[in-house]
Amino acid sequence: MSIISIRNVTKKFVGITAVDNANIEISANEFFAVLGPSGCGKTTLLRMLAGFETPTKGEILIDGVDVSTMAPNKRPVNMVFQSYAVFPHMTVLANVGYGLKVTGVPAAETRRRAEEALEMVQLAHLGERKPDQLSGGQRQRVALARALVKRPKVLLLDEPMSALDAKLREQMQLELTRLQEEVGITFVIVTHDQDEALSMADRIAVMQSGRVEQIATPELLYESPNSRFVADFIGKVNLLDAQVTGASDHGVTVDVAHLGKVTVPHSGGVQGMVSLAVRPEKIRMTVGRPDSGLAVQGRIVDWAYYGDTSHIHVQPANGPPMSVTVQNDTRSTIESGEVGDQVWLSWQADDTLVLDR
Amino acid sequence: MESFRKNQGVFWILAGPGSLWLLFFFLVPLGIVWILSFGEKAVIDGKVSITETEITWTLANYVRALADPVYLVIMWKSAWISALATTLCLIIAYPVAFVIAFASPRWRPWLLLAVILPFWINLLIRTYALIAVFRIRGYVNFTLEWTYDSLWLDRLFGPFEPLELLYNDFAVVAGLVYVFMPFMVLPLFASIERLDRSMLEASLDLGASQMATFLRVTVPLTMPGIISGVILVFIPCLGSFLTADLLGGTNATMIGNVIERQFKAANDWPFGAALSFLLMYVTFGALALRALLSRDAGMRT
Repeated sequence: MSIISIRNVTKKFVGITAVDNANIEISANEFFAVLGPSGCGKTTLLRMLAGFETPTKGEILIDGVDVSTMAPNKRPVNMVFQSYAVFPHMTVLANVGYGLKVTGVPAAETRRRAEEALEMVQLAHLGERKPDQLSGGQRQRVALARALVKRPKVLLLDEPMSALDAKLREQMQLELTRLQEEVGITFVIVTHDQDEALSMADRIAVMQSGRVEQIATPELLYESPNSRFVADFIGKVNLLDAQVTGASDHGVTVDVAHLGKVTVPHSGGVQGMVSLAVRPEKIRMTVGRPDSGLAVQGRIVDWAYYGDTSHIHVQPANGPPMSVTVQNDTRSTIESGEVGDQVWLSWQADDTLVLDR
Repeated sequence: MESFRKNQGVFWILAGPGSLWLLFFFLVPLGIVWILSFGEKAVIDGKVSITETEITWTLANYVRALADPVYLVIMWKSAWISALATTLCLIIAYPVAFVIAFASPRWRPWLLLAVILPFWINLLIRTYALIAVFRIRGYVNFTLEWTYDSLWLDRLFGPFEPLELLYNDFAVVAGLVYVFMPFMVLPLFASIERLDRSMLEASLDLGASQMATFLRVTVPLTMPGIISGVILVFIPCLGSFLTADLLGGTNATMIGNVIERQFKAANDWPFGAALSFLLMYVTFGALALRALLSRDAGMRT
């Protein structure tokens, strides 16, 4: 059963539709991410779940109860704010206990539960500190403990990692996943960082200009995006314009500038102009012409070295440049080519996606 | 700051004029008044002079001010009238400042202008305008009478009896609230505007009611503004004399009026100076209290 049902929800502000007819079902104990570029409406969606915004149309159900117009302080959800919003005039312990104190939980129990929550985020020793004596990462843990101590049905997280540096971010991602498994409640996280969403979430909703483009597991989202936008937004992708010339049981036959006529697997009818999508790491780069698969010859125009991988731009004789990711799995890999070399790029027809333009 | 220490010449050029101004037009006159408070009327040819003052380092003026209960009573009354006016200012100004801080950026400058607009008119004229509002045949009584008559209450209870709104403590408090309101609104606005809205949302999100959010989050976080506003209103209220003079008449004398009378009508500068300094010590006390409060609140103002 869904813990959250977002049904036909639209939110209009003056002159702008922030969320356009969103439909999302989130099940209990799920780690759900809403991913999209800034201004796509993901934060508005989260604020509607928290109760800070009211949907213009549609309804939001939390645990079967319509909360569309319910005040934020009545909802069984708690939020970790992007700025953390830790109260600067209270100690860490008072911050964590705040939500219990104001709802009439006895002082002794408030203290005990607040201490437990601090224990959970490994801040038990800092209870008497003021927030301005904490680091950014510690403040975020306080915000987390403060929200979790209320034992909400859903925890909402608004861009929780955006103020942390790369190392700390990775550590917090692991920690959030651990916490979610430990407390067993639904997490809904809003982020513009695809790595964050891919590594933590069970399922991801990708949003663009107010619309939900696709809801899927990270693997499906990456390997089977259903639109050009999703393919392009999640990871890197080579998009090739193609003209559909025929279809069969095995797939569709398309005419591509680089390749000529090729047949790629695809179910469902398409016609006219389409995009062929292939991920850079699915492409092999060789000096000699490969025996199988789809192949393009071109000249290396750029070689960017990232340590574990290298990103190489290859300019075919006709058509747009393509990018290839090469694993540097031996120390000598970097010597295998340089800018100006003529190379062959090849990939399997199975790794090619056909997307609407 | 560091560069000022390196370029002492620049420091003195910039700080010099202001320091000299403060020295000659604030500290020196203050010192003169302080010395005057230890003086007494000069005795010339065996007669007490009306105009001349002699510094004899006597404490008689302070003794007189503290010994005669009249002055302490007036000082105490001034303090509570000022406290009442300050409290009313705070209660009225907080929602006003809140509305301005949360108004759209297009409206905000106009609302702020409306708050400081009275400053564009001379205090004396504004105070006389209040007399026109509060007097027996003033606008308040006129409006009340019109309402009274419209409700046909005059046929039930007889003709309307105008309220005596002027020349009492009420008029003084009302006048002080009116005159010093902007000094409360502006610091409150500044601190409410700086308030991080997500703090309020976090409080609501954690289950606090609007009222609890206001008392436990909004008020503590805007405390620097509240303290500044209270000080900015309370201290001038304590020293004001024009409002009490015009609106309070002889029934509502404040310590400011007494001091003014010593310097002008009574021509007893030493005693006026002593009263001034007593008032200043009270003010210092209030400031010390503020420092203590803001240290307890644990925040910088």
